[in-house]
Amino acid sequence: MSSIRLLVGTKKGAFILTSDGTRKQWDVSGPHFAGWEMYHLKGSPVEPNRIYASQTSSWFGQIIQRSDDGGKTWHQPGTPPGEPTTTPDGMPKGESNKFVYDTSLETGKPLTTHQHYDGTQRPWEFKRVWHLEPSLTDPNAVYAGIEDAALFRSSDGGQTWQELAGLRDVKGNLWQPGAGGMCLHTIVQDPTNPRRIYIAISAAGTFRTDDGGVTWRAINRGLKSQYELPDPDAEVGHCVHRIAMHPTRPNVLFMQKHWDVMRSNDAGESWHEISGNLPTDFGFPIDVHAHEPETVYVVPIKNDSEHFPPDGKLRVYRSRTGGNEWEALTKGLPQHDCYVNVLRDAMAVDSLDPCGIYFGTSGGQVYGSANAGDSWTAIVRDLPPVLSVEVQTLR
Amino acid sequence: MIRVVLPAHLRTLARVDGEVTLEVKGEVTQRSVLDALEARYPMLRGTIRDHGTLKRRPFVRFFACEQDLSHESPDAPLSDAVAMGTEPFLIVGAMAGG
Repeated sequence: MSSIRLLVGTKKGAFILTSDGTRKQWDVSGPHFAGWEMYHLKGSPVEPNRIYASQTSSWFGQIIQRSDDGGKTWHQPGTPPGEPTTTPDGMPKGESNKFVYDTSLETGKPLTTHQHYDGTQRPWEFKRVWHLEPSLTDPNAVYAGIEDAALFRSSDGGQTWQELAGLRDVKGNLWQPGAGGMCLHTIVQDPTNPRRIYIAISAAGTFRTDDGGVTWRAINRGLKSQYELPDPDAEVGHCVHRIAMHPTRPNVLFMQKHWDVMRSNDAGESWHEISGNLPTDFGFPIDVHAHEPETVYVVPIKNDSEHFPPDGKLRVYRSRTGGNEWEALTKGLPQHDCYVNVLRDAMAVDSLDPCGIYFGTSGGQVYGSANAGDSWTAIVRDLPPVLSVEVQTLR
Repeated sequence: MIRVVLPAHLRTLARVDGEVTLEVKGEVTQRSVLDALEARYPMLRGTIRDHGTLKRRPFVRFFACEQDLSHESPDAPLSDAVAMGTEPFLIVGAMAGG
């Protein structure tokens, strides 16, 4: 029988929630890495018991953790448990926490500056890993989206990391931090074309590579940011919050921007708005139903400073028409006095039938629906603020 | 032997309990102590000093003999008490809320 494993990152540790395929009873394990900010955990699609995790702290910086047994035990990939941590001549064996921008003449780009909030230029500086995206085909390959915005790749299971520096070459001097920092938070791989990857950055926009990450270009035509940018149609600078794709339609992308829910039918070459009848088109997460490529989910919040649902009602909105026509999903969700937020990486769908959908809140609740959003239950209610939710469907 | 006290989170990462003792070759400075610490516990690289610049992370402080040494030169000699192991070198997470 199938089972479900939820990987929940919070501001004070990680939690793993498991259930059988009925998705009614849940076991909770954690906190793992108690006290640390767990920005993101994600399992390899080809080897589900291999899970990568980003463990970070304002005090002690960035740690990469890996589990090879479904989250029961963890280690830093550069220093496997039980093995000497150094080579015979005393050098560190692995450098799994080392993220250094590539400025080499061969593959790198000069480390220039980007815009700061006040319009001045600031040098690039590594802060943390926001998102880990394991390869669709190779359990040892994984991408990391980092702040200050850049994309790194590991091909040795997270032991060492190399920047794909061509991305910073796309008008990086015009990128600027969003309120959460200048972060690369979204990495979407085209399942039909391993050389094509989409990424999104706050606040720079969406970018695409068609050569496996060597060269990139901005794909932001159609985005309008009249309240954020002096040129609303600028090539870069847009605050894209997340993009989502259904694997059977890799040319169709859905986007939650700072304001506006958007759609592209041509692999990001152009975008059009699909906010339709949403009560507000500000929000962070967006996701697509596992079996219905035109069924899309968002969680509207009031605006850029009031990061909570309108009217104190926590509502997921679902469109079954690929956008524009949205219905509120409220059954089981608090409909008064609710002022939580749902962050960009804190929503995920499983691949059972009916499709399950899950999201975590800044109030520490993780809600789940085993019927594509028709009704919801709180799996846990009192975790630390939730930063990310990923789901694994185990068969 | 140099005695080093790590904050709890770094003890967890390094898989150690209590103090760490280190052999430091040559002059005993912040840099030589941290070099020796990171060589022995490479999982701590980047947690105390930036990987690239080797500058102290902003929320990490260095104390010894009831003195705050965080703003001292990394190449300044540490006191004899630290060098002799009668006093530990403390690596501390700064009080910064959270």
